Amino acid sequence: MSRHTLSVLVEDRPGVLARLSGLIARRGFNIHSLAVGVTEVDGLSRITMVVDVESAPLEQVTKQLNKLVNVIKVVELEPQSSVRRAHVLFKVKADATQRSQVVSAVELFRGSIVDVAPDSLTVEATGELAKLEALQEVLEPFGIREIVQSGTIAVQRGPKSITDRSLRP
Amino acid sequence: MARTSGPQPAAQDRAEQSELPGQPAPEGAAASRLRAAPSPAKIATRSAQHGGPAHLGAVRDQGRREPEILSGAQAVVRSLELLGVDTVFGLPGGTILPTYDPLMDSESIRHILVRHEQGAGHAAEGYAAATGRVGVCIATSGPGATNLITAIADAHMDSVPLVAITGQQASHLLGTDAFQEADIVGMTMPVTKHSFLVTRTEDIPQAIARAFHIASSGRPGPVLVDITKDAQVKTSEFRWPENIEMPGYRPVMRPHSKQIREAARLIAGARRPVLYVGGGVIRAGAHEELRRLAELARIPVTTTLMARGAFPDSHPQHLGMPGMHGSVPAVVSIQKSDLLIAVGSRFDDRVTGELSSFAPRATVIHADIDPAEISKNRHADVPIVGDAREVLAQLSEELENSWPEALQDRREAWWAQLDQLKETYPLGYESKDEACDPQYVIQRISALTGPEAVYTAGVGQHQMWAAQFVSYERPRSWLNSGGLGTMGYSVPAAMGAKVGEPDRVVWAIDGDGCFQMTNQELATCVINNIPIKVAIINNSSLGMVRQWQTLFYNGRYSNTDLNTGPDTIRVPDFVKLAEAYGCAGLRCETNEDIDDTIRKALEINDRPVVVDFTVHRDAMVWPMVAAGVSNDEIQYARGVRPQFDGFEEEEQG
Repeated sequence: MSRHTLSVLVEDRPGVLARLSGLIARRGFNIHSLAVGVTEVDGLSRITMVVDVESAPLEQVTKQLNKLVNVIKVVELEPQSSVRRAHVLFKVKADATQRSQVVSAVELFRGSIVDVAPDSLTVEATGELAKLEALQEVLEPFGIREIVQSGTIAVQRGPKSITDRSLRP
Repeated sequence: MARTSGPQPAAQDRAEQSELPGQPAPEGAAASRLRAAPSPAKIATRSAQHGGPAHLGAVRDQGRREPEILSGAQAVVRSLELLGVDTVFGLPGGTILPTYDPLMDSESIRHILVRHEQGAGHAAEGYAAATGRVGVCIATSGPGATNLITAIADAHMDSVPLVAITGQQASHLLGTDAFQEADIVGMTMPVTKHSFLVTRTEDIPQAIARAFHIASSGRPGPVLVDITKDAQVKTSEFRWPENIEMPGYRPVMRPHSKQIREAARLIAGARRPVLYVGGGVIRAGAHEELRRLAELARIPVTTTLMARGAFPDSHPQHLGMPGMHGSVPAVVSIQKSDLLIAVGSRFDDRVTGELSSFAPRATVIHADIDPAEISKNRHADVPIVGDAREVLAQLSEELENSWPEALQDRREAWWAQLDQLKETYPLGYESKDEACDPQYVIQRISALTGPEAVYTAGVGQHQMWAAQFVSYERPRSWLNSGGLGTMGYSVPAAMGAKVGEPDRVVWAIDGDGCFQMTNQELATCVINNIPIKVAIINNSSLGMVRQWQTLFYNGRYSNTDLNTGPDTIRVPDFVKLAEAYGCAGLRCETNEDIDDTIRKALEINDRPVVVDFTVHRDAMVWPMVAAGVSNDEIQYARGVRPQFDGFEEEEQG
């Protein structure tokens, strides 16, 4: 099993996400993360999907995705040639005596504190999954009460856009 | 001019349409519409001539029309008329009622009221498979829609162009578990090519036009259009879409020339090539191109269960059907081939057996219109994405242009071996005296009815025998449920085929188990004057399951006895059942009576005929490759392994 990041350009229609996720589940693949959002083109959404799959079945799944009428384009983004980011929120146990230790750990990771309570801090951080995992490791000794993580989003390095030539009549 | 509700001869109905395209139209706005719109027959003819989808012409013609205000229901009917639909199969209910009202007034659409929505679905499939046009079925929301699902799934597996229109609860009630609400779009997502949920009146024409475009182009398949009741009731300007293209839907029709050149080079150099032809060749109407290529390069042809009729059975280059119940020459030729040319086929497990030992020495050329089929199960050395007709035509052209000397090779050594296999292992069966031999029944039906008829089958032993023992000479003469394996397909599919091809004799070759799943459509056939012929191959059991119990479960016959045979309580009595429906009911219990009975059935054309052929329950389908084992393990009859060793010497040479 290996991890692959797929960028899927879709028409912004009701049920599109259900079609995609249903197809992936039917073919027996595990979706590691999923992020959906608007694009620079009206009416088009972009779904970034990280899946755990062998490479031969991956080809099959991209072909099946391409068969969906609302799917305009499917691109696999390679780690070397793309930028990928996820966003995470940690709610950490910290009273007055531990607060400064947590704050300095978060600063090392260029995270920030977004909420403070007498015995907790909420931390946000953005980055590649490896960095977020490292931050989590550092925060664990304090006691993590909650983790919320977004799906990974990713974009190809360089000037090209996924919407280039994808909408010719 | 309301349609009469009584029996109506289908042939006459169609003739009227095709002979009177410019008939004087009635008064009023509706009249001018009718006159201007191309008649269904005209569109159908145009479609047949150009091989293109009928609706494209309609789309062009309608673009300039002045808009008018129609209800959504009227828009549904108008859209179907503009698309050239002449027949729909359906059953009304609460949420589709608005559409049934204008449907009653349509001059060009014949609605056939079925007795169960599954029947509507299979009838639309049968219509589509026999004619090559899109089949249409209509149902209401909830149970009406869910009853269609089996047929939709069936059409999805067998690439049948089908449009299913369902009513849906009013949009403000969606998601409230309202009466007869079912998320049919969600339920059918895995088994449709695409689906639309239409909640606004103005979206109806475009959704229906797109549905037809998607269903009939590329790899054909089922498309669902689910229309809320309020969208049917409200009114809107009727706008026929000028453009039905969708940015995410562009089927590739033309094969890549580099792939064609490479494939032709392999064909020219192959010593033991075999064509492995699938249903895609029939859907694409590529039978003539197939024949040309096969004859040009003298390549043996195998036709899968879905492709029977794509190449004439009488042709000396035809080896029969490959797969689990394929002929010995077909199965062995593929196992021994050095080049497998797969066209419109998908390496289904029932063809390949154990995949790792399928055609072990063969280089694979795989041509299909669906890129997702290529290298799905077996790696393709030369993948070709494109329409089968284009691919085959271009292959012949490339061979003639670039490899004329290779075409001089008539592959004598290969053919000597194959001819010997054909001679040694013809299709056959062991006769049992006490009842009719099922294979002989089917052989005689074929011989006495001929290749111009349409044959449908259910699923099981009778289906395999019908695939083996009917002589198919033309495409679209054999309709069956190949992928999904739907028991109950046969009678409604025959009904649909007969409506689409009223001048042909249509035989439903059915089993006693399958027949009991959908025989209520005999009522539809009688009342709508659709005189199909049903041959029940009655072995009083779920025959194929029983065969597996015989072979793999030590003859323990768990729940496969149906009690419809002569030594049982005979429930139901098929002859009485037929008569209760107003059909002719015949029974045949010995081989001697088979010909007379078939002749009698062929003479009755004013109503459907049901023939109960009593056959022996221990008859089995041979040859057979057991599930999951290598095709090398093919058995010609129980315990009889064919000899095919000579091939290896050629291998070394």
